[in-house]
Amino acid sequence: MLKIDDLKVALDADAGLVKAIDGLALCIERGETFALVGESGCGKSMTALALMRLLPDAGRVTAGSVLLEGQDVLALPESRMRSVRGGRIGMIFQEPSTSLNPVMRVGDQIVEAIEAHTALRGAAARAKAIDWLGRVGIPEPERRIDEYPFRLSGGQKQRVMIAMTLAAEPDFLIADEPTTALDVTIQAQILDLLKRLQREQGMGLLLITHDLAVVSGMAHRVALMYAGQIIEVASAPEFFAAPRHPYAQLLLRALPDSAKRGGALAAIPGTVPPLWQDFEGCRFAPRCDRVFGACHTTRPDLLTAEGREVRCLLYAPGGAGAGALRAGPDSTLHFAAPPLKASVGALLLDVKGLRVRFPVRSGLLQRAQRAFTAVDDVSFQIAAGQTLALVGESGCGKTTTGKAIVQLLRSRALIDGQALFNGEDLFALEGAALLAARRSVQIIFQDPFASLNPRMRVFDILEEGMRALRPELGSVARHGTIEALIDQVGLRRDTLQRYPHEFSGGQRQRIAIARALAVQPQLIVCDEPTSALDVSVQAQILNLLRDLQRELGVSYLFITHNIGVVEYIADQIVVMNAGRVEEAGATSAVLTRPKSAYTRTLLAAVPRIRGRLPA
Amino acid sequence: MTPKPVLLWTDVVLYAMVLLLIWYAWRVRGNPNLRANWARVARDPAALCAGIVLALFACVTLVDSVHFRRALAPSADAPAGTATFYATSTESLLDAVLARQVQMRESGYSEPLAYLGFNMQALERDGKPVRDFPRLAFGGAHLASPADWAGDVRLRAFAGLAAGAAAALLATLLVAWLNRAQHGGVTGALKDIAMDRTHVPLRAALVTVAVVCVLVGPLVALMGHYHVFGTDRTGNDVLYQALKSVRTAFVIGTLATMATLPLAMVLGVLAGYFKGWVDEVIQYLYTTLTSVPNVLLIAACVLMVQVFLDKHPEMFETGAERSDLKMFLLCVILGLTGWATLCRLIRGETLKLRELDFVQAATAFGVSHARIMARHIMPNVMHLVLITTVLSFSDLILYEAVLTYVGVGVDPSMNSFGGMINLARSEMSRDPVVWWSFIAAFGFMVALVLAANLFADGVRDAFDPRARSLRPRVLARRVAGPSA
Repeated sequence: MLKIDDLKVALDADAGLVKAIDGLALCIERGETFALVGESGCGKSMTALALMRLLPDAGRVTAGSVLLEGQDVLALPESRMRSVRGGRIGMIFQEPSTSLNPVMRVGDQIVEAIEAHTALRGAAARAKAIDWLGRVGIPEPERRIDEYPFRLSGGQKQRVMIAMTLAAEPDFLIADEPTTALDVTIQAQILDLLKRLQREQGMGLLLITHDLAVVSGMAHRVALMYAGQIIEVASAPEFFAAPRHPYAQLLLRALPDSAKRGGALAAIPGTVPPLWQDFEGCRFAPRCDRVFGACHTTRPDLLTAEGREVRCLLYAPGGAGAGALRAGPDSTLHFAAPPLKASVGALLLDVKGLRVRFPVRSGLLQRAQRAFTAVDDVSFQIAAGQTLALVGESGCGKTTTGKAIVQLLRSRALIDGQALFNGEDLFALEGAALLAARRSVQIIFQDPFASLNPRMRVFDILEEGMRALRPELGSVARHGTIEALIDQVGLRRDTLQRYPHEFSGGQRQRIAIARALAVQPQLIVCDEPTSALDVSVQAQILNLLRDLQRELGVSYLFITHNIGVVEYIADQIVVMNAGRVEEAGATSAVLTRPKSAYTRTLLAAVPRIRGRLPA
Repeated sequence: MTPKPVLLWTDVVLYAMVLLLIWYAWRVRGNPNLRANWARVARDPAALCAGIVLALFACVTLVDSVHFRRALAPSADAPAGTATFYATSTESLLDAVLARQVQMRESGYSEPLAYLGFNMQALERDGKPVRDFPRLAFGGAHLASPADWAGDVRLRAFAGLAAGAAAALLATLLVAWLNRAQHGGVTGALKDIAMDRTHVPLRAALVTVAVVCVLVGPLVALMGHYHVFGTDRTGNDVLYQALKSVRTAFVIGTLATMATLPLAMVLGVLAGYFKGWVDEVIQYLYTTLTSVPNVLLIAACVLMVQVFLDKHPEMFETGAERSDLKMFLLCVILGLTGWATLCRLIRGETLKLRELDFVQAATAFGVSHARIMARHIMPNVMHLVLITTVLSFSDLILYEAVLTYVGVGVDPSMNSFGGMINLARSEMSRDPVVWWSFIAAFGFMVALVLAANLFADGVRDAFDPRARSLRPRVLARRVAGPSA
C-alpha cells in the first residue's frame, strides 16, 4: 500500500513561495489503478516527483509523509532511496524521446535497470530484457534489443520505457502523462498495454493525466486536483456518472463533442489562481457557478460521505447538500446564438491537387538531390462562413497544408497545384496582389507561448499586421479598431500596454485571434489552436471562435487531431494520412459512417468517457 | 586664459557610450521585462559588489577622459591681440587632480613609501664624497629627520583610515535614511541591513563601499608626500601610472567590444534569417577569419596603422592625440578581427527564432524582411549580445596587456597595464628586484577584471533563462520564514 498523508510541497519562484501541493492525502492499493486528474499547474506532476524524491532544486517537501508498506520514503537516506526508486516504485515519463539515453542501446538500458534492482546478471539479465521487450509488444525483440533509440518510433520508445521500468518488478508504477506526446492510435495501444501489464503484475498504478477520457477507460478510482489540492475522490464509474464538486461537473460539460454542436460549451470563466497567495476561502470560488457567501470566507475540508470524498461547502453539514447536485447544466448550453451573417455557402477556397515537397540537400555541393513529399494531391473546398476540419495524426501533412495556403512555405518548399481563393490562385500571386491575399487569409498557431513576440507590447503586436496590410488606416483609426478588437475577443483594454508574458495560455490565444482578426480576413487557418490549452480554457476559445464565425461570417480551416473538437465545430471534414486525403465529407457522415479503414481505426482509438452524465 | 578643450577620438566614443547607457537605463525603466532582469542582477550580492567596483573604475575613466590644453602665458613683448598659444601636452582632468603626483618626479627607482632612493649614488656629505642612498626630492621630503618616517607614515595612514571609516559610516547612514520608509525608521533599516533582511543585498554593498573607503582613505592621505606604489626607472609615480592605465584598459574593453557588435549582429542575423548562400558566404568569412592566428592578424593591422600614422604627422597637434588615435584604431582592429564568436551565437539563435510562430505570423502579414529582422529577431537576440559584451570586456583587457607586451598594442607613450608589465620584465630579472611596478599593475588589473567577471556572471545568470534554472537556490531559509 502506498499512502500519502498531508503532503505539502513548496517551490521557490520569482513571484514568491509557490505552494505547489497543499495537504495532499491519498492511498493506492496494489492491483488498483488510481488516476490523478487535473489541469496544468494543479500539482499532479509535482506529486509524482515528490513521491520519487525527484523534486527540482527549487522545490522541497515541507510537511507530510509518504508511506510505502508502512515505511516513510521521505525519511530514507539517499542511498536506500535508490533501491526504492525504480525497484519498488517505477516511473514512466511523458516524453519518450527524451527519457531514453540516445547513445546507449535500448537493451543495455534495460539490462542496467534489471541488474540494478534484481539478482539477475549477464546473460540471464539479457534474456529477461528480451522477454520484457516481447511482452510490451516490440516485434522481433532478439534483434531490436541491440538498436539505438533513434531507430524506434515514439510509441516503440514508450514501450521500451515501460519494459525498462517494469523489468525491475516494482510494486507501484507512476505513469506521468504516458500518452500525451503520442498519436491517438498509439495512445490506445499503450493504454491497453499498461492495463494488461497492470493486471498481470498486480501492481498499483498511479496514472497522472489531464485527459478525462483516458481516465474513464483505465482507472478504478479517480482523484481530481485543483490548485494544489485534491477536491474530489470517487470510483471511476461514480465520478463520471455523477460528479459532485462543481468543478468536476463543469469540467465534464466543457468537453466538446457532437451532442453540443450549435450551442456554447460550458466554459469555466477565469483561470487557475496563482499558488503563491494565501487562500481564505475555497480556491475554486472565483470561477464556480454554484458559489455562495460562505465560499469566500471558509476553507472547505475534504469530506467523506458514502465512500466518496469531496472538498466543497455544498456537501458540508448545513450546506445546500446533495439536493443541489442535479443543477440544470442546460442553462449555459443553449443560450441564443447571434444571428448568422449572410453569404454562407458561396465557395471561398478551392484547393486543387496541392502537392508540397521539401528539397533534401545532400552531396558535396548541397544540391537538392531528392525531395520529401509532405503533402500529395490534396483537394478540398471551403465555403464562406463554414468550418473545414483537417484531421490526422502527427506527420500526416495537415499543418504543412495549412501553412502552404497561408503562403508561409514560399521559397522553402516546391509547391504544385492550385489554391483558388475567390477564383484567384494564391500560389501565383506576387507583389500587391499577394499582400491583398494575405489580408484575406490569416493563421492562428498552436503554441500561444511561441506565437507572440515576447519583446513587443500587445498593442504593437495587434498593430503590426494593420500597418502592413491596411495602410489606408490612420493612427487614430488603428487605435479605435484595436480597442474594438480587444473587446471582441473578451480582454480588458489595459491589456494593450502589457507584454505577452503577463498572460495565461488562454489569454494569449485570444490575443493571437485578435491579431489575425485585425486585418479582417475571410479565412483563418487554425493550426491546433486549443491543443496546448486546458479543457476549461479550450471551451472558452472554442466558444469565442464559434461566436466570431457567426458575427463576422469568417471561414475556418481547422487543423486538429482532437476528434471531440471536430465533432463540435466542423461542418466538413478531411481525414489525412501520410500526406494524402484518406476520406472527406460532411462531419456527421464521416464520423458516423466512415468509409476508409484508416478512419475507422482512428475513430476507434479515440478514448471516450463511458457512462457519463447526459448533456 | 581659458584652456583649450581637446576632443580625442576615444573621448567622443566614451561620451557616446555614456549617452547610450543613459538611453538604455531609460528604456529599462519603461520595460518591465528588462527591469525585472536588472533587478535580479542587483539582488545578486557578488554582482552588486562587482558593479560598485566597476563603477568606481568607470568614474576614474570618465575623469580621465576630459582633455584640454593649458593656455601659455603670453610673452611680455607680444602685442595685445595676438593669438594665445597652448601647451604642447594634452592633459586630462585626472592629470589636473593628480598634478602633485605628476610633479613629484624623482630621479630613478624608489620603493613604495620610501624617502630614500633605491640605487646608491655618489653624494657629497660634509664636503666628503660618500656612496649612499640619496634622499628623494619629493617622497618624504618634508621629514626633518629620517627617524620621523615611521611615525609620520603611521599617523597619516591612521588619519586616512579614520576618514575612510567615517565616509563608510556616513554612506551606511545615508542608505538607512533612504530606506527608512520600508523598514520602519532609520534604526529599523539599520537593523534589517545588518541582518541582511533587505530586498537588495545592501549589507554586501555597504561592506564593499566600506572596504573601498578604508583602502582609498590612507592612499589619499599618504600620496601627497610619499610614492605609495614607489616610482619607476625614470622616477614617475607608479600609482599615477596605474590610475592612468585604468582608462586605457576600460577604453579597450568597452570600445573593442562595441566594435565587434555591428559586424557580429548584422552578419549573424542575416546568415540565420536568409540561410542559403548568404549563410554560406558569412560562414566561410568567419571560419577563415578564425583560422588565422589572431595575434598575427592584429600585428599586421597594427603595423599598417603605424605606417599610416607615421606618414601623416600633420594630422595631430599633440603626441596624445596621435597615441589616442592609435588606440582607437587598435580597438577597431580588435573589433574587426573578433566578431566571429558572437556572430556564430547570433546566427544559431536566429535560425531558431525564424522558425517560431511569431515570425511566421509576421510573414503572414506580409511584413518586410528588414522589418522582421529589426522588430522580431534583433530584440530577441539582445540578451546574447549583452551577455557576450560583458563577458568579453575582461577578456579584451587581458588581451590588451598581452598585445602591448608583444609590442603591437597601444603606443609606448601611453600608460597601460601591458606597458607596465612589459617594463617589469627587466625589473623582475634584476637584483634586488623592483617588484612594485609589477604588483601595482597586477593588483589593479586583477581588481578590474575580477569585478568585470563577477558582474558578467551576474548578468548572465539574470538574462540567460537556462542558466537561471540551474542555479541552486537557498530554499530552507525562505520556507522557514513565511510558514513560521
